[in-house]
Amino acid sequence: MQHEVQFAGFGGQGIMLIGKILAHAAMQAGSDVIWIPSYGPEMRGGTAYCTVVTSDHPIGSPIIQSPEHLVAMNRPSLEKFVPRIKSGGVVLVNSSLITITSGRKDIDEFRVPVIELANKLGNAKVANIIALGAFTARSRVVSFDTLKDAVRQEFKDKEALIPINLKALDEGRRAAKSRP
Amino acid sequence: MGKILMKGNEAIGEAAIRAGCLNYFAYPITPQSEVAEYLSKRLAEVGGVFLQGESEVAVSYMLFGAAGCGERVFTTSSSPGISLMSEGISYIAAAECPAVFVNIMRGGPGLGGILPSQADYFQATKGGGHGDFKLLVMAPASVQEAVEMVMRAFPLAEKYRNPVMILGDGLIGQMMEPVEFPDHLKTAPTNKNDWATNGMATRNSKKRNLVKSLYLNPEELNTHNLKLKAKYEQMQREEVRYESFNLDGDYQVLVVSYGTMSRVCRTAIENLKNEGIEIGMIRPQTLFPFPGKAIFKGAQKKSCQAILCVEMSMGQMIEDVERSVVGIRPVQWFGKCGGEVPSPEEVMHAVVALVGLKVAA
Repeated sequence: MQHEVQFAGFGGQGIMLIGKILAHAAMQAGSDVIWIPSYGPEMRGGTAYCTVVTSDHPIGSPIIQSPEHLVAMNRPSLEKFVPRIKSGGVVLVNSSLITITSGRKDIDEFRVPVIELANKLGNAKVANIIALGAFTARSRVVSFDTLKDAVRQEFKDKEALIPINLKALDEGRRAAKSRP
Repeated sequence: MGKILMKGNEAIGEAAIRAGCLNYFAYPITPQSEVAEYLSKRLAEVGGVFLQGESEVAVSYMLFGAAGCGERVFTTSSSPGISLMSEGISYIAAAECPAVFVNIMRGGPGLGGILPSQADYFQATKGGGHGDFKLLVMAPASVQEAVEMVMRAFPLAEKYRNPVMILGDGLIGQMMEPVEFPDHLKTAPTNKNDWATNGMATRNSKKRNLVKSLYLNPEELNTHNLKLKAKYEQMQREEVRYESFNLDGDYQVLVVSYGTMSRVCRTAIENLKNEGIEIGMIRPQTLFPFPGKAIFKGAQKKSCQAILCVEMSMGQMIEDVERSVVGIRPVQWFGKCGGEVPSPEEVMHAVVALVGLKVAA
């Protein structure tokens, strides 16, 4: 069973990081995994997207025309990628920045204001982690416990940041469950 | 499992250290600069040498110098940087020094682009510089395979006293996959006392060693070239490696593809199999020496109507495929340049179009 998740946003939103955390979690769960980045030369702004492919068989092509799921953190990313997402896939829309909808009826589109939620937690920088938590809870690509372990591992050299990031994951999970 | 998730570039750097190479002379260039970034930290930890040269030309001679005195040496670069090293590579091969090069290919020609390509096949397999010589060229299709090829490259370079090149592409360099560094691939450097300028005291001998590529006497130069040629013939007998995929059934098309492109082809072939269409593939793992015999054998299958060479270039490996097949089947090319990696769906369409079929997708 192969899963494909496209994460997309602008440079600086922490897109690469949440892709890596998911990839680590999937690897810990015993899957084969690839993380593929794509970004322009700008350190801030521009486009930033990464694809995570997980599978219980060796993964063939790293190039995925039509990913299963999408996490869209800004409007150009939603516009660019949502037409390619497979039917039935989960599409998380960052409603803090994106006012439009996907326009598709055949996907599980749910909207989470990740930036507002991050600000309420007291740290705008965890918006991407909230998105990761929300997406994972909704799609169940990996178990939430495995994801939490992956976050703990990611921040093992900055232990003081672990609590806020775990809170952010939970905030995301709450948002995923409460939204239609 | 014991595997760690690593970016290809970093894994390649770590593989060199695990192979006992402590000398890295290099120059940054996208999409492989992370190797230098990673090794600048790691080599300090293991007491090795990290030196960024003032240009790739300088780097190629730093490699020559260190290799000539018996050290294991390593560099990584990308297409235009490899071009700059060409003269040095020729000198290293002529002087019979071992050295390991990694080319993380990007779009070309010229400054080109920063995304993946396979457009340096000619450059790597037809020598890589002026004069009669060859590089032993290996092409990984995954980060794990890149690690293993790097670790194998050092003893191979020493076995033949010749430079070895690993041909990756921007995707191999940038993507993260689970890797491990097999203990059984760790090797100790060979004794180089009979040729390297490693110091008479080290060798405990008063005999002088001379590392050079200059042979003004035409007879001597001819003899030297014959000696080099014999090495490449030995490589052709002993070092060919390739992987077969789905060759047992009655395949209608034989795909030949290497590196990242071969993975895309594998998915395309699996998809076609699900639609009842049988396609076979040979994936060269060494590009020189080329698995010509295996491809010729694969082409001879009764059901096989054509060969499709799939490359991210305008058609370079296809010439070696054509030569191997000696006209017994038509050979076609499919590919893209510019940095876009063809999708499995595009490969599927190209394959079936060859034999006049249609796909569901």
